[in-house]
This record gives sequence, C-alpha cells and structure tokens, in this order.
Amino acid sequence: MNRAIITMLTAVLAFGAVAPAAAAPVVNKGDTAWMFVATLLVIMMSIPGLALFYGGLVRAKNMLSVLLQIFMIFSVVIVLWCMYGYSLAFTGGNAFIGGFDRVLLNGIWDPATAAFSSAATFSKGVAIPEFIFAAFQGTFAAITCGLIVGAFAERARFAAVLAFVVLWFTFGYLPIAHMVWFWPGPDAITDAASLAAATGQAGWLWQQGALDFAGGTVVHINAAVAGLVGAYVIGKRVGYGRESMAPHSLTMTMIGASLLWVGWFGFNAGSALEANDVAPLAFINTLLATAAAAVSWLAGEWIVKGKPSMLGAVSGAVSGLVAITPGCGFVAPMGALVMGLLAGMVCLWGVNGLKRLLGVDDSLDVFGVHGVGGIFGALLTGVFAAPQLGGQGIFDYVSNKMSADPYSIGKQLLVQAEAVGVTIVWSVVVAFIAYKLVDAVIGLRVPQDEEREGLDITSHGESAYHS
Amino acid sequence: MKMITAIIKPFKLDEVREALAELNVQGLTVTEVKGFGRQKGHTELYRGAEYVVDFLPKIKIEAAVDDALLDQVIDTIQTVARTGKIGDGKIFVSDLAQVIRIRTGETGNAAL
Repeated sequence: MNRAIITMLTAVLAFGAVAPAAAAPVVNKGDTAWMFVATLLVIMMSIPGLALFYGGLVRAKNMLSVLLQIFMIFSVVIVLWCMYGYSLAFTGGNAFIGGFDRVLLNGIWDPATAAFSSAATFSKGVAIPEFIFAAFQGTFAAITCGLIVGAFAERARFAAVLAFVVLWFTFGYLPIAHMVWFWPGPDAITDAASLAAATGQAGWLWQQGALDFAGGTVVHINAAVAGLVGAYVIGKRVGYGRESMAPHSLTMTMIGASLLWVGWFGFNAGSALEANDVAPLAFINTLLATAAAAVSWLAGEWIVKGKPSMLGAVSGAVSGLVAITPGCGFVAPMGALVMGLLAGMVCLWGVNGLKRLLGVDDSLDVFGVHGVGGIFGALLTGVFAAPQLGGQGIFDYVSNKMSADPYSIGKQLLVQAEAVGVTIVWSVVVAFIAYKLVDAVIGLRVPQDEEREGLDITSHGESAYHS
Repeated sequence: MKMITAIIKPFKLDEVREALAELNVQGLTVTEVKGFGRQKGHTELYRGAEYVVDFLPKIKIEAAVDDALLDQVIDTIQTVARTGKIGDGKIFVSDLAQVIRIRTGETGNAAL
C-alpha cells in the first residue's frame, strides 16, 4: 500500500524540479486491468462475503439487520470516500491527515483537456489511473467500517450504527490510513536528499518505517478495536450467557467465509497496485497462510474440544487471512506458512480464553479474530520480512535494490509494535468518543422488547425467512 | 373410538406410516415437534460459546382409530418405531367423543 498521487500535469512539473531524471510514469493496460479485478474482488468480499459470514452467525430474527448494516455501511462509506475521504487519506497534507486537493474527486479528470491523472505505485515509472486507485482504496475503507458491526450485532439501533460509522470513518479510519499508507511515490527518488524529501511528505507511521502491505493496522486492528469498544459501551445482549445464541446458518457463514477468501486475493495481491512480481508473492502467501490457519485452528479445536467444526474451519481461515494481510508482500511463502499456522492457534485462544478474560459480548468475535490476528500478523511481519528468514527486507529506492543495511528484526519489531500501539490508542479514543456522542444524541441500543423480538421485524419491518 | 398420539424419532416416520397403512388406518396427521424426555438434550459448541440444547426434534403422529384396531395399531407403532435406545418416544391413547367428516356430515366410525 501505498500511494502516491501524481497528477500528470502538476506532479511531473513539481517533482521534475527536484529530480530532472524522473521520467513521466507510464500507465500499463495490464496493471490497470488487474486493479479493476482486484477492486471488484474487494467489493465481493464486503457484499456479499462479509455480510453472509456475519449474517449466518446471528440468530434468524436478526439476519436482515446484519446484511443491511453491512450493505448500507458499504454504500455510505463509498459516498463519503468520494466526497472527502480519498482526499484526506491519500493526498499530501501533514503527517497525520491529508489535504483537500481531491475533495469531490476534484482534479483527477480534466474534461477540457481530456487528461486523467495517475497514481504512483511502488515501482518507479509505473502508474495506474487514479480513478481505479481511488476506487480500490475506497473499498478498503468500506469493508473496514463493515467489520466493526459484528462486535455489537443483534442489539444496535440502525441509525446509531450509521452515525457512528460516519464519525469513526472520518476521525478514525482516514488518519490511520494516511499515517500508514500515504507517500508521494517513488518516482522522484534518486538520491538520499530526494528520498528524505519524499519520505518527509509521507504519513507518520510510514516515516517510522512501519510495514503494512495490505492493512493489518489500518483495516483489521483498527476495526477490531473500534468493535471491542462498541461491544463494551453498548453492553451485552439480553440473555447473554443464559440463552442460546447459536448461529442460525453456518451454511451462510461458510459461503461468506469462502467469498472472503477469494476476495482477499484482490485485497492482498491487489495491494501491490500492479501486476508485477510482488502481486503473485502476495497471492501465494494469502493462499498458503489461510490454508495453514484453517488446518491449525481445526486441529487445535479437535484436540481441545473433541470435535472438528465447520465454524472452526472458517474461523481459522479468516484468522489466517487477517494475519497474513500486513506481511503478504514482504514475507516468503514459508514465512507465511508459519504465520498462518500460529495465527490459527492464537486466534482460537482469542475466541476462547481471551474472550472469557475480556468479559465483553463481542457477538461475532471481531476482536478475537481480527484484533488478535491483526496484531499478531503485524508484529510477525517485522520478523518474517527479514532477509535472514527469506523475506524481502527493506527496498532502497535510491539504489533501486534491497537495502544494503543489515535488517534488524528487533528494531523492525519495535517499529511494528509502535504502529500497532498507535492504531489501538487512536481507534480506542475515537471510537469511545463517537459511541458516547451517538448514544447521547440517538441512543445506541434498541429497546429491550425490540431486541427480544428481533431487529428484522422491529427495525426494518421484514423477515429473512418465511416458513 | 380412540385418539392415538405417538411421539417418535423423525427417521422412523416413513416406516410407521407404511405399517399403519397396511393395517387400514385411514388417515394420519403428522407434526414436527420438539421436546424432551429421558433422552435429555445435547451440547453444541460455537467457538467459545457452549449451548445446551434441551429440546430435541421429534415427530408427533395423531391417528383416530376404531376400538377394534386399537391394539394392533399400538403394537405396530411400538414394534416399528422401536430402536431400543433411549429417545424412542411414547404412545398416548385417549377416548374420542366424536368424529365428523366435513364433506359428507358422516359421524362416528363411518367418519374414520
């Protein structure tokens, strides 16, 4: 992830002054085609993938409320993304938030001259059309906000969910995305001075050297923490711990998880931003780590609980997907295998031991899977990105090859921990304030009798199933 | 006339229906029900959450029969629906005061 926004007109001029050698980036049809596919895959992950994954896990009376929340969060966030989100996340501003250059997607297309601007990738001289870059990144924002609702499913007021998402997207997601992912692109970098200049314009955590290929911090930790805070603020479901809250359709959940897995190739391999060598690396890592995590979760469950379950298999797969996300373009396949195997076991603990420890009704285990898997994956990325362990190390855009400086696992681990810590603190604070605000104005929860009857009928006036 | 209400295991329904048809029982009403007896329930595990399922799915059969057929019907159900394991179900027998066929207005045994 990354992002460099270069307007054909202005950027070449601006950077040209610094580095006369930089050639105008070229847009390649193959890269562009791949980014279309990747973007569509991420849309499919959200709707219907995530919606069905979550929907199957709730009781039948709340099925439509979950499907609708995810569908509408996706829609609302995409609208906000195009209005101001993209600009604040992916244009230069300060180290914490971007500017207003691209508000209303302004400046990407100039009909008068028929000029379309392009966005930089991770390779010098390679760009993709900025519209598809903006769309691709928009789907990330949308699915991140959608992930949160699993933590307080089955009891939240629909209007409150939407209001919270507007606030958290604006003050939670956008700054973190900017801090972790924004940089002006590699095209202007020719020497130490131009490298420092480019890095200086990047987001704060990017400057620190945090590695997050496809969104371990920005997407998973960020959303999981917001979800956990939500589950805490909104309180437990009526009857939690006393009544059966068994999933109503693990069939739907299996379909949803499988769509997530397929869609995640767009998410992870698409984060290479071009159809180059790194995209297939991210692809095979996403395939392998996920399979490994499904195996290890199921094995662990089989040994500890006595039976291998469908829900265990898909939960394991999702934990592997989450864990490999930040490192998928940096680690070697065998690193991904180890990360996947460990992630399945750690997240199995996340939904059992840790969940009991936290004592919060995180309905669909958003924190147990996405939070634990995300933190674990973000940290291990610092370990397995090491060339000593087969990883790619740090790319040096001055010499245009891997950095000659020795890779320090300890040092990178600290940087990763810093990114994780900043994301957690930021998301906790923003989410807490946003929930309290929404609670005061709208009320986070539906009345108890409506919760008992189910949100489908009482909030939306429709039923998922008719017998 | 007697009303026979039998609770049986769901997978035994077809066998019971066939056996009763051979005895010339003219009609049956079948309902999918849930309940508990000595079999009790089972536990289900979803990630960290464990739920005890108290009510198990069963089939309820209701048949109105002539007194003359009663013993045969009871024997048949008991033989066919039996697996020997706990949870095979029960047969309830009650007196039936009147039966009326709606289409013709026939009553009593003629309406069975």
